[in-house]
Amino acid sequence: MTTKVLAIDDSRTIRNLLRLSLETAGFEFHSACDGVEGVARFSEVNPDVVITDINMPNMDGYGVIETLRTKDKTSVPIIVLTTESSDDLKARARAAGATGWIVKPFDDTSLVSVLRRLTGHAA
Amino acid sequence: MSGQPSIRDTFFEECEELLEALVEGLADMEDPDHSKETVNAVFRAVHSIKGGAGAFGLDELVHFAHTFETVMDKVRSDTLDVDPELLRLFQRSGDQLADLVEAARDDRDPNRDIQVVVLAELQKYLGDEDEEEEIEFDAMGLDFGGPLDLTDISDDSSEPSSQMISIRFVPKRSLFENGHEPLLLFDAIAELGTLTVSADISAVPDFDEFDSDEPHIVWELTLETDESETVLHEVFEFVDSLCDITITVHRNESASEPPPAVVDLGLPEEPVAPEPSSDPTAAEPLAKPVAVASPSSPSSAASAAAPAADRDHRGPKPTLRVDLDRVDRLINTVGELIINQAMIVQRIEELDLPSGANLTNELEAYKLLARDIQEGVMAIRAQPVKPLFQRMSRIVREASDATGKSARMVTVGDSTEVDKTVIERLADPLTHMVRNAVDHGLETPEKRIAAGKDEVGTIRMSAAHRSGSVFIEIGDDGAGLNRPRILETAINKGLVSPEADLTETEIDNLLFLPGFSTASEVSNLSGRGVGMDVVKNAVQALGGRVSITSTPGKGTTFTIVLPLTLAVMDGFVISVAQETMVIPIASILETVTPNARDLHRIGLNGEVLRVRGRYVPIVDVAHNLGLERNSDSNGNGVLLLVETEMQELNALRVEAIHDQRQVVIKSLESNYGRIPGVSAATILGDGKIALILDPEELVKLNSGDVAPMPIIANQEELHHAAHT
Repeated sequence: MTTKVLAIDDSRTIRNLLRLSLETAGFEFHSACDGVEGVARFSEVNPDVVITDINMPNMDGYGVIETLRTKDKTSVPIIVLTTESSDDLKARARAAGATGWIVKPFDDTSLVSVLRRLTGHAA
Repeated sequence: MSGQPSIRDTFFEECEELLEALVEGLADMEDPDHSKETVNAVFRAVHSIKGGAGAFGLDELVHFAHTFETVMDKVRSDTLDVDPELLRLFQRSGDQLADLVEAARDDRDPNRDIQVVVLAELQKYLGDEDEEEEIEFDAMGLDFGGPLDLTDISDDSSEPSSQMISIRFVPKRSLFENGHEPLLLFDAIAELGTLTVSADISAVPDFDEFDSDEPHIVWELTLETDESETVLHEVFEFVDSLCDITITVHRNESASEPPPAVVDLGLPEEPVAPEPSSDPTAAEPLAKPVAVASPSSPSSAASAAAPAADRDHRGPKPTLRVDLDRVDRLINTVGELIINQAMIVQRIEELDLPSGANLTNELEAYKLLARDIQEGVMAIRAQPVKPLFQRMSRIVREASDATGKSARMVTVGDSTEVDKTVIERLADPLTHMVRNAVDHGLETPEKRIAAGKDEVGTIRMSAAHRSGSVFIEIGDDGAGLNRPRILETAINKGLVSPEADLTETEIDNLLFLPGFSTASEVSNLSGRGVGMDVVKNAVQALGGRVSITSTPGKGTTFTIVLPLTLAVMDGFVISVAQETMVIPIASILETVTPNARDLHRIGLNGEVLRVRGRYVPIVDVAHNLGLERNSDSNGNGVLLLVETEMQELNALRVEAIHDQRQVVIKSLESNYGRIPGVSAATILGDGKIALILDPEELVKLNSGDVAPMPIIANQEELHHAAHT
């Protein structure tokens, strides 16, 4: 069974890049353009792993993680995709329930291997 | 990666949208009561540009965006107040960001002169600590902030030989809450070498006290690997504070030696098999974290999440990106359809069916549908003028900076849609006009105050659709045109005769004469050798017209009137020397069927028409196209009064006007070549090709024969000429 990824990012460019990398690597790719849509898509798609941006309109990444962890009570890995890698951000993301983080610009191979590792699926 | 270029294109497309949002947001921030979300949106726009730029290795852009974003972030977090000066810096930063994006898109070097200045100004708002926090450009952030016990790290790169690493791994409850799964972690470690895992379940409580959210197992791992220890840290990167890890490296002298015994913890349970990935079930019943039931209290981060109830949820309008070529092909096909329809209509008319016949009714419906399709297709090429206007606000800013004037820009109707090509080709003329408006139109702040006006001048740009045309106005609230000086300049340059008695409108229109420039000392801003004549030519090339109105002390307004589309136009079907031709209606002011007494000969070939007391040169279309004028035709034919770019009135003589209809413009230049006096061709209902005339050029052709006789010339002279 293919691994389903839900990517939440308000940048179309980033969504496109993720789609390209992940579909090439054999993941089933779904995306949402802001936090609110992301949370909604989560219940529809029921992904195996979530990638979320932090700075987004309507609901930011922390909000997404919190909602997914507390309301949806999900234990799927949630990866933060962010341009800054400050300790503060990591601490906040982790407090909200993030599984890990990837710093933009991301590298396809590392991203794919991180996702495989966290989901335990080959793809 | 084959998809890369198109993703890059999307990035730049997105950048344009983001820059637009940025400009809009910054404009909204001028309102002192702007909302927090406005600031957030501006921040996000810059942030997203940075994020995308990073993916394409556009370091210069990333650097600028990062600095911009960092200052913006201070505003966002209320550690920096927005004052007009800062807002201005933001606007200038936005301009620079736009430049950088454009430079990156076109793969050229950006203009760094201003960029450096703006960057330095931005950095002034940043303390030292901000500057240090420069972002990393490596593909993955690999830092291990956690309290890892790193032993022997100094020489782990010196020898790639096999080593034994023992790991004590004690997960915390938060490990499961954050979506981690120890077994998957072990899988990842197992990929590095040979892994032995044993579980210490001594801490697992009795069933009654069992809390499924609490981790109770302590894991002992032994890894024999050729990989450096760093790789291991990568695996633990995400869990560093979610567990206690102790890593101990035992260097092997010989890889073949048996590994030191796994620490025997005296467990009743047998150790998990060396290949846990192949048999994870061994530990599954106990190790499977049941993190689902973890109603952990929401942390403070929850408050940071913008409430979903925010009514500002305007999702982007769904759009479809289509190759422009396809649209143009479609427009072309629709053009054929219109022509074909005209032919069918003609054939049916030739059948002379009784009125009210079904076919005639159906035909009417078909005509309407074809018209709908045509309008719909044209609308695809239409774009709002907003981005164009936004670019102009930048011009206003730069022009006022350069001239020491203060100006604000007001836009009206920026959602008005205009053909894409028109928008593109209007950019330069508008830039010039806006510069002029600030440079020549507006007074200095001192003069404005003295005149009892607001110190800050206003440049007003508006766009609207009126009766099938697009009206674009550029107005200023400056001093108005200095007519005496314009006249004086024109006389000095020999553009008008000193005795000429000109109306105000005629004086204003002198600005459009080639080689006219009012600035007594050429300012470094608008005096770039480009005159209003260039503006006029550009507008006319688009089939439009430009005019001026000005009130002393109140300001000047330029009005550009353009056709809605470039592919279809309304024309008169006329005949010239028995040939059917089309002339654009937009260029015709009036049609006259002359009386013989209004026609006067001058010189050998010259002829003028007297219309309401004025003498207007007659241009014989047939003659100028090198055609034989039909001598049988009814005497004087029909005269079409047209106005040229020199504001001269001319009368074009044709044989007859047959019809008024919409025609599809077909370029001749690509298939045939350029014919003086002809702008294009079209196909009529009977399948015949008809040339579309260019009145402007016909008049120019004619002026080779007849001395130019501007209507502003002395009336007495004309009378004299007419009677000799």
